[in-house]
Amino acid sequence: MILATATNEHLASLSNTLIYSAMAVYTLAFFAYIAEWIFGSRSKVARSASALTAGAADKAAAPAVTVKQAGGTAVLERPKVVTRSAAGARDVPDGPGAHGGDEQGDLYGRIAVSLTVLSFLIEFAGVLARALSVQRAPWGNMYEFSITFSTVAVGVYLALLALRKNVRWLGLPLITTVLLFLGLAVTVLYTASDQLVPALHSYWLYIHVSTAILCGAIFYVGAVGTVLYLFKDSYESKLENGGTPGRFATSVLERLPSAASLDKFSYRVNAAFFPLWTFTIIAGAIWAGQAWGRYWGWDPKETWSFITWVAYACYLHARATAGWKGRKAAYIALIAFACWLFNFYGVNIFISGKHSYAGV
Amino acid sequence: MSDTRSTDVHGDENPEILTSDGESDLGEAGSQLSTAPVETAMPGSFGGTRAPGVRGWITWSVREVFGWARWFWRQLTSMRVALILLFLLSLGAIPGSLIPQTGSDALKVQDFRDAHRTLAPVYDKLGLFHVYSSVWFSAIYILLFVSLIGCIVPRTWQFVGQLRSRPPAAPKRLTRLPAYATWRTDADPEQVREAALGILKQRRFRAHPAGDAVAAEKGYLREAGNLVFHMALIVLLVAFAWGQLYKSEGNKLIVEGDGFSNTLISYDDFKSGNLFSSDDLVPFSFDLKKFTGTYERNGPNKGTPRTYQADITYSVGAYGKEQKTTVRVNQPLHIGDAKVYLVSHGYAPVVTVRDGKGDVVFHDAVPMLPIDSNITSQGSIKVMDGYRNAQGQIDQLGFAAFFVPTFAGAGKGTMFSQFPALDHPVLAVSAYHGDLGVNAGLPQNVYQLDTKSLKPFKDSGGNLVKARLLPGETMMLPGGNGSITFEKNIKEWAGFQIVQQPGGGWALGGALAAIFGLAASLFIQRRRVWVRATTGADGVTVVEMAGLGRSESAKLPEELGDLAGLVHDRAPTKNDDPDADPDQEPGAETPVPAAEGAQKK
Ligand code: HEM
Repeated sequence: MILATATNEHLASLSNTLIYSAMAVYTLAFFAYIAEWIFGSRSKVARSASALTAGAADKAAAPAVTVKQAGGTAVLERPKVVTRSAAGARDVPDGPGAHGGDEQGDLYGRIAVSLTVLSFLIEFAGVLARALSVQRAPWGNMYEFSITFSTVAVGVYLALLALRKNVRWLGLPLITTVLLFLGLAVTVLYTASDQLVPALHSYWLYIHVSTAILCGAIFYVGAVGTVLYLFKDSYESKLENGGTPGRFATSVLERLPSAASLDKFSYRVNAAFFPLWTFTIIAGAIWAGQAWGRYWGWDPKETWSFITWVAYACYLHARATAGWKGRKAAYIALIAFACWLFNFYGVNIFISGKHSYAGV
Repeated sequence: MSDTRSTDVHGDENPEILTSDGESDLGEAGSQLSTAPVETAMPGSFGGTRAPGVRGWITWSVREVFGWARWFWRQLTSMRVALILLFLLSLGAIPGSLIPQTGSDALKVQDFRDAHRTLAPVYDKLGLFHVYSSVWFSAIYILLFVSLIGCIVPRTWQFVGQLRSRPPAAPKRLTRLPAYATWRTDADPEQVREAALGILKQRRFRAHPAGDAVAAEKGYLREAGNLVFHMALIVLLVAFAWGQLYKSEGNKLIVEGDGFSNTLISYDDFKSGNLFSSDDLVPFSFDLKKFTGTYERNGPNKGTPRTYQADITYSVGAYGKEQKTTVRVNQPLHIGDAKVYLVSHGYAPVVTVRDGKGDVVFHDAVPMLPIDSNITSQGSIKVMDGYRNAQGQIDQLGFAAFFVPTFAGAGKGTMFSQFPALDHPVLAVSAYHGDLGVNAGLPQNVYQLDTKSLKPFKDSGGNLVKARLLPGETMMLPGGNGSITFEKNIKEWAGFQIVQQPGGGWALGGALAAIFGLAASLFIQRRRVWVRATTGADGVTVVEMAGLGRSESAKLPEELGDLAGLVHDRAPTKNDDPDADPDQEPGAETPVPAAEGAQKK
């Protein structure tokens, strides 16, 4: 018994060391991303403007046509597929990414990604050590929740990179906020490791909370995309209306994907995980049914999950409603994510309900 | 939407295809790709011209009323209003999470009322202390569900219609569609169409030849999933409402060794839905054999409960066989529709009271109510009959009691318990006699002693007789009036909540159907493909393929490429075609160099 306690304490302090190390490496990654952006600012591409003005000139005459090779490896040369972006949509090419085509910038970008992988692994080990030290899943309080959440969010980003999605532009905003998260976690939210009270012992808890964290991480990545979409969209419409955006805005936004691509990215990310969020709420209701004798009781946490769910449903509806697509839908998506955040931090801090256990 | 044709075209999702000018050559190609409602009705003079006379006025009014009713209905079932109602629903749910609710914590509501004398009546008027059953919140969700039903029914019909009809014929100019491929071949147009039909059918497209082209469509499951999802929401709501109306919920405190049978009178307190009747109670009974609680001994969370479990034996029905089981906090016992939850626990010291002659007049375990997390508990011991005082007169005895499982120690200045387990139990009692007031018929709190009509026992100094007893110790009442003994075997009690809420299965079924429907609706693309094969001016067959999805998707050109490859295998490009320039797309009016598009993924 005493022996076990000693190893647990050892693991807990190991976990703390790992989390601090991860923060250090994230900071290095942060500087590498900054370097990528700074070197990238050397390139002076202004594709959007030329595409928009050129597009305006010949749009009436002919549709913008892009050509793409499909099935290139076939023995017989296969017919090519011509894609045509929808009429009415801007035909702006995606930016080259933070490095802006600059070789040195690209090098720093790659270094940043490698550092991100490294710090992800360290943080993951830290979370694992914490879990082993308490012999349960690492989300019994807000500190544990924060370190798990940020690990998963970075994991989602790395998974998207591994799937060869064009998402390196997410790096800087994501790592910046992850650092903020961790900073808050180790200073304000830190709780010494401990076990759960009986009401938290249930495998539904594992299912419910792990999917909740995953959904949150995904929604978070989607929200970053949405914010960038809003910036890029107003940039493009300014250009379209003959305005000249500031030099900084041009330098940064030219390197991001087009507004349409950003919008599509956030939609896909949010929509793909909405069913999982639905499942999360249902799993929570099943757990509540077992622990408290009612599956739905409008406890603050339940209420805010419901609000978040309805807000995302609103977003999906808005995307299918004429006159609500684009910016309005994007604002709803951000509100929905804010609800999610409030549910995980605000509700614990400001409102007491059945869900507040084990410290903050 | 300026031309008259497009007003009856469904699928507002595709304004990019339908609204831009000069696109009417797409015809019906994009129609019916979904079943989303379209805003068509406009308020205005529905009545039209009014004929003179009363008759004219009446017919005009009828037209007017029906017109408005229809307009209102269309509004209610439109996407925009659904969106607004959804938004209101989430907004309306917020106050209930910030303001204390009578449903979950009546005490807090009382505190709030006391603290905010002017605000509370306003909140009361607005129903803000019971948001989720308030008129306005109900109005929002009822409107939403009416809207939902009004939306689902026509959409379902429309979908059935779509399933029974065939994919629309190919538009005149396939080049205008989002994905397009073309080549020239030696094969007959007839052969090409046949091959394409076979390939599309094999790929599970619904395909049919229409004129000089083959029209095909796939992904109907998307629409089906969407409808299932919205219907499942209705099932979910109905199941939830049903459960609320027929639900019952009661609490019972049971001391180790005692039992319970599920009848209305056995409960300490009981709540039920409006349509519940006592015949609905599932017949069963159980005995609490033993309660076990363990607590964290060390560390910052010392005293936090680690296990709570109740070992019980139960039997179902009047003559059911006795069975053993354990009820834990997260593991209720299911008996039919009823669930037995372990919700609380405390201690029940066993106490013996003797009269002046030494005869036992009371011997029982007395449950005490915890008042803090270390189970400092409060209670009362009432001897109602059988007691005679030293003079032989009939009297009643009352003891106010205070119990701590772990006493801090004499002289430590606190009577509060230091730990929740039975480490150093102490029972403090003070003694009264007189009229307990139980015969007055007024409801009495069993855990509190009402000392109004009681007289304290006084010692020689004129002070109230009281003592701190360790297990096995006895306190004598002054004047030979008897004694009270705190026995060594301290029992524990467990509080059970017995809940019956029908409709849980339906709610779960609805929830699962909702998830699957949603997944189908979000992950499946509905798309159309056309393959046209015609004989060109020079007598060579021209094959054109085009695809259209509900929204722009990267998958669509990929799929079209695959299909084109398959068709191409059967009808290969004409060899030594003089026009075969790999960079030249014959269909596009102004070919754009490939490099431009290479950025776009
Ligand atoms: C109880 C409230 C409702 C909820 C929670 C809800 C939720 C959703 C969700 C999550 C989607 C996304 C699935 C998808 O994009 O395919 C959706 C789609 C849709 N909903 Fe609802 N909905 C509700 C009420 C309504 C009502 C009242 C209508 C009718 C006006 C409606 C019509 C539609 C339509 C047409 C779609 C498909 C949009 C598309 O094709 O992309 N919904 N709904």
